[in-house]
Amino acid sequence: MRGQHLQFYPLSEGALTVSFATGIHDTTNTQIRQLMNDLDKRRFPGYIEAVPSYTGVTIFFDPAHVAGAAMKGSSICEKVECLLRERIGALGESEQASTGKTIAIPVCYGGDYGPDLAAVAAHNHLSVEDVINRHCAGDYLVYMIGFAPGFPFLGGMDPAISAPRRKQPRAVIPAGTVGIAGGQTGVYPLETPGGWQLIGRTPLVLFDPERKQPSLLAPGDRVRFEAISAKTYEHMKEAGR
Amino acid sequence: MSISILKGGLLTTVQDLGRKGYLHQGVVEGGAMDRLALRSANLAVGNEEGAACLEMTLLGPAILFKQASLICVAGKGMTPYMEGKPYPLGAAISVPAGQELTFKTARQGARAYLAIAGGIDVPAVLGSRSTYLRAKLGGFEGRKLEKGDLLPIGKVAEHLAPLLKKADKQGCPLVSNWHVNGSLSDSATLSETVVRALPGSHFSMFTKESQTNVFDMSFTIQNNSDRMGYRLQGEAPLLRETKEELLSEAVTFGTVQVPPDGEPIVLMADRQSTGGYPRMLQVAAVDLPKLAQMRPGDTFSFKKITLEEAQYFYLQQELAMQQRKVGIALKQAEWLAQ
Repeated sequence: MRGQHLQFYPLSEGALTVSFATGIHDTTNTQIRQLMNDLDKRRFPGYIEAVPSYTGVTIFFDPAHVAGAAMKGSSICEKVECLLRERIGALGESEQASTGKTIAIPVCYGGDYGPDLAAVAAHNHLSVEDVINRHCAGDYLVYMIGFAPGFPFLGGMDPAISAPRRKQPRAVIPAGTVGIAGGQTGVYPLETPGGWQLIGRTPLVLFDPERKQPSLLAPGDRVRFEAISAKTYEHMKEAGR
Repeated sequence: MSISILKGGLLTTVQDLGRKGYLHQGVVEGGAMDRLALRSANLAVGNEEGAACLEMTLLGPAILFKQASLICVAGKGMTPYMEGKPYPLGAAISVPAGQELTFKTARQGARAYLAIAGGIDVPAVLGSRSTYLRAKLGGFEGRKLEKGDLLPIGKVAEHLAPLLKKADKQGCPLVSNWHVNGSLSDSATLSETVVRALPGSHFSMFTKESQTNVFDMSFTIQNNSDRMGYRLQGEAPLLRETKEELLSEAVTFGTVQVPPDGEPIVLMADRQSTGGYPRMLQVAAVDLPKLAQMRPGDTFSFKKITLEEAQYFYLQQELAMQQRKVGIALKQAEWLAQ
């Protein structure tokens, strides 16, 4: 992974972002996960945590700790940048990206569970069944978790079912609701406001603070949606309680 | 040990220094808005800097101490009263059992922090006792405090026990002759209405005029501001040169995002983990406590500084905090010896 064009820019006194690329690519995501793994396994003095995005990683650290640490570089940011350059340079050789798990997410499409399904179909001149079939046909990569606890940003949706965000966001979206915004699809883990087009709902719990890994999904995981009936939805919901 | 909430106040929540290590799962950091005030209040009562306190907003609560307690109220926005008598902010107060703490709203400031020796002992959720209201996570049942709530208090350090006994015996609060509410480092020399900030990673995306304006004009904090973000209104909207959509990435406390309407939002303690609006500025960490004490309707301006300056000020502030820690420990020992 040498010779590639890395960009570093500070977010604050205690955060530095490294960017690998400008667009959404599977290969960038692999690099990002390798770096995340490496940072987690070999924590440097003052390291707090790291947040992946579509294009890079933001590393949070304690400036006071880094300032005093024996690291290459004169300023605080330079020290962290030097360390990251070294780590990234060595990634391809030593570090394996964690192989993500594949998770099936059962979804009851349409009706009260997905009030915008018909609108998404109409927007794309498709039947409701077409939208469901195309949404279920996809193999989605979890690029990042953000916005709300456990909210996955998924890539790989069929562009034929993309739909713009709603002009007026809804004040309350029930937990488990599956939405579409532009070419992205995702699942609302908690009851929150939101502006995505809602096409269905899953009985799975995407975020549970009681679990060892509270977020069901992690970057690098693969997701497949499976259509279920309202009866199955209610049954699974009941069983999950 | 517990305290009883007689009146919840406007927005009283349990907060510490926030959740670390879960941002990549989308879990917000949260924690106290004014971290210097929380840290100082904790030190004044012999707690760890990051112990859980009550964050009280604008209109304070009423609290009954069922047992003798050592407390400190630091921050701004309200004056503590006990049995009708006002007490100074930032002082340590030894309170006899059965006394009631109330507050009067002050003219300036938004948040005060009540630290109690032993700390507020609600269970830690994902490594923090902070309340995150939107996800009903942590703190006291994930919500703001209401009349009738009973909050558990941790064990008071043994060496402080004589102080608590003394006040209990005398039947009236004992107040320290020192306080921890002064500002740290250089922020005292800077006007109250100036907030230092560095150009953010998308600064150059804005028009030349907006790049100048953002440091020239003043901004008013709008009413729909909260722990998640301060919405600002300037004299003119901040406009971008281009309109391309950005991909979401990490944001942090003090990141100034500008949505298409040109009215900036400063992200505060309960900010989301990632954001997709252009990041025009980043408020210097040393001035976040000052911003956290501003209320809707307050006006301020941004002063441009460099990253190196911001880091220098931050290190100075942390050094001053270490000195405050030592100073308080000495004063406490003196107080105990009296």
